[in-house]
Amino acid sequence: MSNYESAGGRLVTPVTLFLGALVAIAGYFVLMRFLFGIGAETPFGAVTNLNDGYSWGIWVVYDVVIGTGLACGGYALALLVYVFNKGEYHPLVRPALLASVFGYTLGGVAVMVDLGRWWNFWHILTPGYANPNSVMFEVAVCIALYIHVLWLEFSPTMFERWGWSNAARRVNKVMWVLVALGCLFPMMHQSSLGSLLIVMGAKVDPRWHTMLLPALFLLSAISMGFAVVMFEATLSADGFRRPRETPMLKKLAVVLSGILAVYLGLRFADLGWRGQIPALFQGDFLARMFWLEIALFALPILLFSRAAWRGSPQVLFAGSVSMLLAASLYRVDGFLVAMTPNGDAFHYFPSVPELMVTIGMIAFEVLAYIVLARVLPVMHGHAPVHGASKAAAVPAGD
Amino acid sequence: MTVSRRNFLRGAAAGCTAATAAVVAPAPAEARGNKELPPEAVGLLFDATMCVGCKACVVACKEANGLPIQVPMERAYEDPSQALSPTSFNIIKMYKEGEAKTKDVEQDGFSFIKRSCMHCVDPGCVSACPVQAMTKDAKTGVVSYNADACIGCRYCVMACPFGIPKFDYDKAVPEIHKCQLCNHLWKEGRFSACADVCPTGATIFGPVPKLLAEAKRRQAMTPGEVAKFPRRSTETGDQTKEKPAAKYVDHIYGEKEGGGTQMLMLSGVPFDKLGLPKLPERSYASMSETVQHTLYDGLVAPAVVLGGLLAATYRSSRKKGGSEEDSHE
Ligand code: SF4
Ligand code: SF4
Ligand code: SF4
Repeated sequence: MSNYESAGGRLVTPVTLFLGALVAIAGYFVLMRFLFGIGAETPFGAVTNLNDGYSWGIWVVYDVVIGTGLACGGYALALLVYVFNKGEYHPLVRPALLASVFGYTLGGVAVMVDLGRWWNFWHILTPGYANPNSVMFEVAVCIALYIHVLWLEFSPTMFERWGWSNAARRVNKVMWVLVALGCLFPMMHQSSLGSLLIVMGAKVDPRWHTMLLPALFLLSAISMGFAVVMFEATLSADGFRRPRETPMLKKLAVVLSGILAVYLGLRFADLGWRGQIPALFQGDFLARMFWLEIALFALPILLFSRAAWRGSPQVLFAGSVSMLLAASLYRVDGFLVAMTPNGDAFHYFPSVPELMVTIGMIAFEVLAYIVLARVLPVMHGHAPVHGASKAAAVPAGD
Repeated sequence: MTVSRRNFLRGAAAGCTAATAAVVAPAPAEARGNKELPPEAVGLLFDATMCVGCKACVVACKEANGLPIQVPMERAYEDPSQALSPTSFNIIKMYKEGEAKTKDVEQDGFSFIKRSCMHCVDPGCVSACPVQAMTKDAKTGVVSYNADACIGCRYCVMACPFGIPKFDYDKAVPEIHKCQLCNHLWKEGRFSACADVCPTGATIFGPVPKLLAEAKRRQAMTPGEVAKFPRRSTETGDQTKEKPAAKYVDHIYGEKEGGGTQMLMLSGVPFDKLGLPKLPERSYASMSETVQHTLYDGLVAPAVVLGGLLAATYRSSRKKGGSEEDSHE
């Protein structure tokens, strides 16, 4: 038997109903998008505000580029547990994996919603059509493979629930191969998500455009992975009334600080090398955005610098939120804010329907996480704090 | 814990250094340089000093490509195509400064500029397109689009430094639209409609080396010196009447920009004032592909990394005594 258990609790609560409503609203706009086009008018405004200057909006930048970064928890922990052999973090693996499965699968769904000619999607995986010189080709192939690996990595959890212990055993036998692949693929596509910007050249402000984009995106994706693990562990400890994993998160905070320091060092070294340091003090809007990013990246290092501070769940939570905002802002800046299209004056800010689709995707993710954590054995087996039986557990949000 | 941190940081630093080294210092042999001009490359030469802003080329382009004109034909020059769009592959824009009195002068002057696909020698759109829906003809260098292959990802839109590919945002079955140098007219013995119709010879069609030679000839002239200039195409022998040479800025736009383009431009007003981007000589496509090829050629680097990962995960899976519960337990 496994030493994991489900969180238990009721499935229908005000919170889950509210999330369900958000998903339904998003569903309506997605339907409009497929019937009339990604920029079509609806009674609530255009489906998206995309234009030929900003042809990629939040559906790409949030749902895919940031969303898969947020879904790097499974990857970051696998690196730590299996590659750097830190078994003590093991209890965090399954919940993180669950979030990764969803983050990536929904990223894949978001791509299909965003693609103008989605029915041709298979071309990207088909020799004769596929263009290996394209960064997007690498991203697409790699994410497609990784989604499969993630589901396989997660499958023993489902098999256990259904009582298929043979199937679970069989997958677990080759788990080490899956885990290795599950470490390789994110390394490849999380860096490539940064490389997507290289061909855009002068359109991306030189404070963001560098040949080091792949390295910077990869490092920040790994730190997003650790931050999201801390974030989720704190939230689900409260939400599902489970014991906190503070001692482990404390150590994780140190790891996270280390990666952030490397990231910041690399970023400034690169800016110095390319002579961009004076541009950071120009005082323009982009310079302010840059320093905001840096402050958000540096704050966790400061917060986690003292053992006493790291021991506080609030500090851990604040540090992880700062880190998640930092890496998200880095991606939004690179793809949207620091982007100046050539030609006519283009503007982009997401429309209401566009935002609702993204919010609906997030709502779906949270909803699915709550439902699955309640029914599947993903939580590490502790003695429950608030009474032993599932019936006694209080649902989140009541 | 200190030990674990040190180990981890060492690992992270090593990984990072490797990634950085791979990205920053690719062996010169691996770096992909700019692409070369195709052997029979054809293109356009636009000379802003000869353009009178009549927009005959805008109309001709629409006619040649079956695109709608938004106002009655007799007033077609008023077509409100303010910008390139899915139904406008070619526009003439105006530059005005101060009192806008003198043509082809930066201060208190004005100028016209043609905007259409530059048919880049090393196009970003072609490099970016994941499904080879954007292709560059190996002989003529014309960059064209195939809707049947396209997945509508709009990476070409994002990758083009000139803002050329246009997408149908309000259609359930969208396509990308752009100038394909009128290569569909070639079988009728015709060539780019915009050049064919231009009354002043401001836009001419021809093999790129000839266009470049003509551009250099014009730049070498003393302003005011009278000469004849080719009209329509360098190949048809059409000539303008004798007219005085203009005063040009010392730059042939497209000769070097972003690895060169098959549409070349001359002007009296600096090109950045006319809305053309300042681009380095190295194409962005070559930078992007250098990174991709350094990291992924032959899948060597990923295979090496995977080998290391497999060794590590195998070791850590055995450590717990090899029970089937080892991996995610
Ligand atoms: S101008 Fe733009 S669309 Fe035309 S070939 Fe160059 S990159 Fe492609
Ligand atoms: S929109 Fe079509 S042509 Fe443009 S890059 Fe994507 S698949 Fe290629
Ligand atoms: S070559 Fe043809 S399609 Fe291109 S701008 Fe000229 S007329 Fe239009």
